[in-house]
Amino acid sequence: MSTVLNTTGRAFEKARAENRAALIGYLPAGFPDLQGSIDAIKVMVEHGCDIIEIGLPYTDPVLDGPTIQAAAQQALDNGIRTKQVLEVVEAVAAFGAPTLVMTYWGPVERYGVEKFAADLAAAGGAGLITPDITPDFGQEWIAAADKHGLDKVFLVAPSSTDERIAMTTAAARGFVYAAAVMGVTGKTAANIDIVAPLVARTKATTTTPVGVGIGVSNGQQAAEIAAHADAVIVGSAFVKTLLEAPDRETGLRNLAALTEDLAAGVRRG
Amino acid sequence: MSEKPMPETTWDADEFGWFGGEGAWGGRFMPEALVAALEELTVAYNEAMADPEFVKAFEDSLVDYANVPSPLYEAKHLSEQYGVRILLKREDLNHTGAHKIRNVLGQALLTKRMGKTRVIAETGAGQHGVASATAAAYFGLDCTVYMGAVDTRRQALNVARMELLGAKVIAVESGSATLKDAINEALRDWVASVDHTAYLFGTAAGPHPFPSMVRDFTRGIGDEARAQCLAKYGVLPDAIAACVGGGSNAIGLFTAFLDDADTAIYGFEAGGDGVETGRHAATIVAGGSGVLHGARTYVLQDDDGQTIESHSISAGLDYPGVGPQHAWLAASGRATYEAVTDAEAMKAFQHLARTEGIIPAIESSHALAGALRLAPKLAAEKGKDAILLINLSGRGDKDMGTALDYFNLGEPTGETA
Repeated sequence: MSTVLNTTGRAFEKARAENRAALIGYLPAGFPDLQGSIDAIKVMVEHGCDIIEIGLPYTDPVLDGPTIQAAAQQALDNGIRTKQVLEVVEAVAAFGAPTLVMTYWGPVERYGVEKFAADLAAAGGAGLITPDITPDFGQEWIAAADKHGLDKVFLVAPSSTDERIAMTTAAARGFVYAAAVMGVTGKTAANIDIVAPLVARTKATTTTPVGVGIGVSNGQQAAEIAAHADAVIVGSAFVKTLLEAPDRETGLRNLAALTEDLAAGVRRG
Repeated sequence: MSEKPMPETTWDADEFGWFGGEGAWGGRFMPEALVAALEELTVAYNEAMADPEFVKAFEDSLVDYANVPSPLYEAKHLSEQYGVRILLKREDLNHTGAHKIRNVLGQALLTKRMGKTRVIAETGAGQHGVASATAAAYFGLDCTVYMGAVDTRRQALNVARMELLGAKVIAVESGSATLKDAINEALRDWVASVDHTAYLFGTAAGPHPFPSMVRDFTRGIGDEARAQCLAKYGVLPDAIAACVGGGSNAIGLFTAFLDDADTAIYGFEAGGDGVETGRHAATIVAGGSGVLHGARTYVLQDDDGQTIESHSISAGLDYPGVGPQHAWLAASGRATYEAVTDAEAMKAFQHLARTEGIIPAIESSHALAGALRLAPKLAAEKGKDAILLINLSGRGDKDMGTALDYFNLGEPTGETA
């Protein structure tokens, strides 16, 4: 077992040294199947993703749109559960990109919060992104993450008050996830007029890097956002590329091209 | 029927929505994007309930429009059969045919007060959807109702009613295409529309403040029943019973009696094909602690915390979670929860129709079946004057399609005279 703790910080340092934003790529574990997800993420790392988010497939993903939900359902139908997600983390962490898990809370609580944190750290995972846990209801996770040196990535949204942004950034480690749109993943394009003030309000409270996600699907959008944020986060566009490909080989080829487009985007920003 | 010592505790949630102490049951497990809306709702709700004008407007709408207080009817034929006094709280006689109208009138009135113009709702059996569409029409609000595609087929009449009332009904095809998926889709809508839209949550579940708010808007059921029972019989009931899906009618009945130690409280969950078969919706009886739809509560889930699809002949009970206050009442021992199978419920459905001339909702038939299972024990312990009060939460018109299939009705078999 490797132990690669808190490496998102190093990824951000590298990006900062190159005077650019980082590119964070998301894919659900087990989509299109267990090995397929590992192969796809390898392509994403090789073609420019600095940090990887691995989705833990869940039956009730309230913040995900139809694209990611369909992929997660396919993974669930393939029998992917928490144990396999940790296997994917271990395989992917070995590619060298810091690897976080994005998960709804139900499966973590069922697995056991402390045990999940310990096993994630042992698998080389860098931390968790928790879309349905805010710091004020996440004390158990915060304690476990602190004990195991894991990143705690909480979300801020355009609707967040300044007080809540301050509370959230004070609890966050690794980076802060700024939701670019009031909506679910993969449905609405990010609007820079909404993103920029949110990033500015967030940065006013913290030195922790701020990543922007939800509603980003191409290099041009990535460039616009990279001018304001420390990282650009892309999920549905990667998933859609694989979902729509006629075969596995084409899917991986298109995935490589999309990653390169986005990686170029964060370098233009 | 043994009397349990009452724990020294509060039954209410704390200011963060925890029932039974911090971290126990309830809370708010929600995307940050919705937290501002939930906090706005919490503040608006607390202020509204402290405003006599709002409370009066709510109560006036209940009396003038929704036809409450509903009667407390002594089912004399059933009482004779079972040897105890069986009282039915006739929520089926409310406007729109169920207790649901109480909750939506409260929430829609609050929506107006908050200056929002659109409401969304989720529905299983369609009762909450019909009530929401009704309240939206009454208060002049746009209305969208999310309903699992499976449920739109088994409750087609209620879909037509919602459309007639001006609501847009969206069939949800994802997941199990039932109530839980309708809630997921309504939450997704809300994330994107929260600036002008209120979510009329249909049951006493979900993130804080919904469990407390829905309870308070429906608690008139129990307040009325308690007063009616005292006025008519001079005593409190020995036992009260209600069906539990998400648990709104049950918590509406139970709340008035929580501090009455001599009144036993029973919730009856949907046992489907039988708890042992795995095809059921008996969340408290056979589920475990988990997080679903924004609250920690009892959830039907597998070993990995993935939600298991529930099953019930009643679309309104077909939900793999339950309101967190019920979780607390069960964990504390204040209320007892048991499962009633589809077959038992349908037997009670037919029995009430033929004995009292009342066709109940299949949801309510679960409460009836469970209560009638208790009745002989109550009669043996306390005699014929013992009072068993059952919440008849809705009427069965919407369920005639299910009854037609189940009992093979609609083919006249009688011969001409």
